[in-house]
Amino acid sequence: MPKKPKGVLRLIAEKCIGCEVCVGECPFDALHMEAGLPVIDYEECKLCRKCVKACPTDAFYVEGEEEAVEEPQAEAISDTEADLQARLRQYSGVWVFVEQSGDQAHPVSWELLGRGRVLADTLGCSLSAVILGDGIDDLAPEAGYYGADTAYIVDDPVLAGYRPQPYAHGCLNLIRKYKPEIMLIGATTLGRDLAGAIATDLHTGLTADCTGLDIDELTRELRQTRPAFGGNIMATILTREHRPQMATVRPRVMEALPRDESRTVEIIREPLGLSEDEIATKVVGFKPDADLDKPNLTYATVIVTGGRGLGSPAGFELMKELADALGGVVGASRSTVDAGWISHDHQVGQTGTTVRPSLYIACGVSGAIQHRVGMQTSDTIVAINTDPEAPIFQIADYGIIGDLYKVVPELIKVANERNLKELLLGKASEAVS
Amino acid sequence: MNTAVCIKQVPDTTEVRIDPETNALVREGVPSIVNPFDAHATEEAVRLKERYGGTVTIISMGPPQATEAIKKCISFGADRGILLSDRAFAGSDTWATSYIIAAGLKRLMSEQPVDLILCGKQAIDGDTAQVGPGLARRLNLPQITYAISIEEVNLDARRVKVGRRLETGVEVVEAPLPALLTCVEEMNEIRYASLPNMIRAARYEPEVWGRDDLEVEDELLGFNGSPTVVSKIFAPPEREPGEIIPGGTEDPTGVAAVIADKLIEALGATASV
Repeated sequence: MPKKPKGVLRLIAEKCIGCEVCVGECPFDALHMEAGLPVIDYEECKLCRKCVKACPTDAFYVEGEEEAVEEPQAEAISDTEADLQARLRQYSGVWVFVEQSGDQAHPVSWELLGRGRVLADTLGCSLSAVILGDGIDDLAPEAGYYGADTAYIVDDPVLAGYRPQPYAHGCLNLIRKYKPEIMLIGATTLGRDLAGAIATDLHTGLTADCTGLDIDELTRELRQTRPAFGGNIMATILTREHRPQMATVRPRVMEALPRDESRTVEIIREPLGLSEDEIATKVVGFKPDADLDKPNLTYATVIVTGGRGLGSPAGFELMKELADALGGVVGASRSTVDAGWISHDHQVGQTGTTVRPSLYIACGVSGAIQHRVGMQTSDTIVAINTDPEAPIFQIADYGIIGDLYKVVPELIKVANERNLKELLLGKASEAVS
Repeated sequence: MNTAVCIKQVPDTTEVRIDPETNALVREGVPSIVNPFDAHATEEAVRLKERYGGTVTIISMGPPQATEAIKKCISFGADRGILLSDRAFAGSDTWATSYIIAAGLKRLMSEQPVDLILCGKQAIDGDTAQVGPGLARRLNLPQITYAISIEEVNLDARRVKVGRRLETGVEVVEAPLPALLTCVEEMNEIRYASLPNMIRAARYEPEVWGRDDLEVEDELLGFNGSPTVVSKIFAPPEREPGEIIPGGTEDPTGVAAVIADKLIEALGATASV
């Protein structure tokens, strides 16, 4: 047999994203990072190709490698692999955590049930709602109307207000007993607080802020897609060897099913098994925000956003006028918030709020990727900017190249004359019913 | 009153761009910074030291060059800096990261008492907000996320009272010490580094702890210890561009009228679906 020519490991630097996966994978310590890129130590490299296989962007190749025609051989499943598959098969069903406060469910719970229904139907398994709280029985049928087959209920006075310790305790008991294969949680302050705690104890993967969730029908794995590097790239994440596969999703990313009162739900109750004196943290007060102007960007029908092009903080008064004329709220780009022109509550985008209004008007917003990922699923986008090269025009349905201080007053005038507000509000009430 | 602050060195993500033709990240000249939320956590720890005495220890995990981020925190007024760095740690996801940092914190806490552990609410490169809760669970400490104010530290009763920034207001919680907090940026204003602290930071060399300095199991570290794997990376799907309504400069009145027509048409169209 001719001796196989020895190749050389090469890196395609342009493809490398600096994730360091290869460094951890190399069994010979032949890779280390310098200035964000892996450097190959050719003395140590044994061409085992583990880095080539592990690299998520295919940035490695072996130069001089003969196109060896590999014998198609059935992959021998080792004992450990068989054990793993048997362990994973113990887990079944898609679960959605129903976030509630004062017996009101957060709408993100129903949005996740909407997506969960699709996943469960693809897998051919059941969809369940997980409801923890004090006096929350009414939420079980409601979860059924939005798509759940089953509702797991833990009802206990200790769960009256959210605290991570008892809520994690209740969820962990349920998960360990009933073994779901997928668990979805809203990426709210509460959901992120809870999800991180649960996944740690379960020793399983948790993918934050997913914008896409679907099933690989061959492997039954949940493909969790999320923006990375500030939205510049999308990454699909898998949890291969651990269950449940956990993901959080921001409000307004998924869509709820229409509420269907003919649907019924099976109820399974479990005790909490934790008493108040076992809980370290006490909630001793709550100060609701006094700021009446605090915008509800997440569920707004119309958003008028001001960017750096406003020139000064006073420009937001004009934004408010247009927002009022359209029955909307005021949004802001990151640069205006960083400059102190307006509070962070108004910020749209990756580090602010993800929004999905019927109408989004961007005034003097350049449209950096971090901004676009937070608003590009809006129904209709109007952009006004003096710079014809502004990236916001790449995603706007209607672009206006011009001075916002000339255009916006005209828009306010025409909005009032033609009563656009009534039209938009009519659309909003239609969406609710 | 001893505080440990967990920080991360991150690329300034506002500077990261993707080349639309090659789909590759353009990383030239992207500066590294202390994750902004962690900088606020460090500032808070220094303020606590000024009020109650004690020390501030910075702990971070990353490649050797992450010592720069630790030195930056020394310039804010921290006393000691420890970098957890080892090839075995590379490729860690949030689960493995919290495992390694928790091991570092356990070693620190065996050397000296720690009353409070502060983290940023999330890192701006990953935005996951998972490592803070992960650390609290592993160290079995009260978990107080989204802290906006430390209202009271009672060292005699060993209790802390903290305001948490929620969507609709500020919740006040009380917990025993030691506790773990993750901090939001509204917690404080970061002050300029004083000249003596800047000089100290320039000369300071952080301690580096590797795999053999920690009580950890190899199979739980790095890529192999991470439950999640990245299977694919691609450019974000772009929304199709629409039309430019001409006349933005010469005829704003006319343009506004066209926009109104378009909106009425679009609303009518979607309303009838």
